[in-house]
Amino acid sequence: MENQALYKYILGIADNSLILGQRLGELCGHGPSLETDIALTNISLDLIGQTRSYYQYAAKFLGENKTEDDVAFLRLENEYLNVLLVEQPNTHFGYVMARQYLFDVFHLMLMEELQHSKDITLAAIARKGIKEVSYHKRFSGDWIKRLGDGTEESHAKMQEAINDLWRFTEELFQMTEDDRLVTGEGVGIDISKFKEAYYDEVTALLREATLTIPESKFFISGGKEGRHSEHMGYLLADLQYMQRTYPNMSW
Amino acid sequence: MSEKEVKNLEEIFEARIARDEKIEPKDWMPEKYRQTHIRQISQHAHSEIVGMLPEGNWITRAPSLRRKAALLAKVQDEAGHGLYLYSACETLGISRNELYDQLHSGKAKYSSIFNYPTITWADIGAIGWLVDGAAIINQVPLCNTSFGPYARAMVRVCKEESFHQRQGYEIMLTLCNGTPEQKAMAQDALNRWWWPSLMMFGPTDAESVHTAQSMKWKLKRKTNDELRQQFIDQTVPQADILGISIPDPDLKFNKETGHYDFGAIDWDEFWQVVKGHGPCNKERMNARVSAWENGEWVRDAAMAYAEKQSKKKVAQAS
Repeated sequence: MENQALYKYILGIADNSLILGQRLGELCGHGPSLETDIALTNISLDLIGQTRSYYQYAAKFLGENKTEDDVAFLRLENEYLNVLLVEQPNTHFGYVMARQYLFDVFHLMLMEELQHSKDITLAAIARKGIKEVSYHKRFSGDWIKRLGDGTEESHAKMQEAINDLWRFTEELFQMTEDDRLVTGEGVGIDISKFKEAYYDEVTALLREATLTIPESKFFISGGKEGRHSEHMGYLLADLQYMQRTYPNMSW
Repeated sequence: MSEKEVKNLEEIFEARIARDEKIEPKDWMPEKYRQTHIRQISQHAHSEIVGMLPEGNWITRAPSLRRKAALLAKVQDEAGHGLYLYSACETLGISRNELYDQLHSGKAKYSSIFNYPTITWADIGAIGWLVDGAAIINQVPLCNTSFGPYARAMVRVCKEESFHQRQGYEIMLTLCNGTPEQKAMAQDALNRWWWPSLMMFGPTDAESVHTAQSMKWKLKRKTNDELRQQFIDQTVPQADILGISIPDPDLKFNKETGHYDFGAIDWDEFWQVVKGHGPCNKERMNARVSAWENGEWVRDAAMAYAEKQSKKKVAQAS
């Protein structure tokens, strides 16, 4: 492939949207209220829409006749480069919102920088995504506050989710070799520089939500290198089911 | 109010409907009109919400990103329909929680078609094509029904349903133009969804208990049998284009009537499913009840938070 690093850089961004969109899609029809159901489906839809734009671009690197669906469905598990955070299961609504918010804050920071990328396709996708992702962050942030500062039960559940998912946050700022290569060319974004602002923002909101900031300094990573959690295989079994069972067909 | 006064109001009311005037929530209406509308609109809202489940079943497994996005959007539309139908129903003086209680306790019905399983991807096509197709035929006349909020909600619902139906047919068309396995999948879906779709129009006119009153209030413009015939006449040529066959050996065009004659509907199956013993009644109800029960702490938290916030505002203001 001519530009392997850029291809993998795009996947590193797009796979987060695909996998989180897939996770949210599982919830459709099962939300705590009709309004939240609609909102979660909407976020899923935004993320799948973004995924398509990235993969349409990425497919060009794979050669002729390759499409967004080849990129989405026909990779091995260790070729998906999403962070571990987004593949975590929908344990309960608190987890869904914690996962969302912890990702959204990062996602928005990334989009705001990526819109200035030298790569005009990536810049355009990012520009379009900013409005959507700002809404996602407002929605998830509002729910963290409601659940954190709601009832005793919701506070405990929200705290539990934050405590459990916190260990996945540092991976957001890790750069792979490909990331560094592409960033050096003015196409990629140096995400490591967001780290401080990210934790400041998240910490402030969690405090407002009367939640305790986890003190653990132990973090887990691997997703960006293709090493995923035990959940990922099952997620892909659903995602890839049709394409794997009925190969080479149009749908 | 004296009996005579009520009778007088009723006459004025019926005359307004006869003149095609819309009845609005604050207008006087006979109690039976209110109850009939609560029953029908909530049943419709519940159908939208329960209907999200069989289709939602395929969101994570949709075969392409385009189909995944379209299905997400479709199921989201249905949630939206549910939302404004519940709102229309609430204008009649019943709360959404009461309506949910009726659904969860089994007191309220929803469209029986959603008690059938979606076991292949082709079912998503068949639901769009047949189930949404039947729904449109049932619902288009409701855009002119007498109760204003319902009529206005139906205008939007019908627009979106018609889009869903085209989408469903396009899924079927793609399958039928695909490999033999894909075409077989489409045929199998038609085999399973055809008869339940015909049952969506309800019992035959002879058996239908609500028809006369509903006609008068413009909740119905045509009888169940007329609508069913319209659906069959419209759908048979569409199946011909797909190149798959309708699972009814008695189906044939009648030159004299200009309509298709069709075989006997298995009404025992219809009543079995209506009474709660279809293939997925329990699963659908369990899914709705679990979503509601598992979401209780979330809704409670939102209420508690809102209360705290408004207290804070009051404290700041004083």
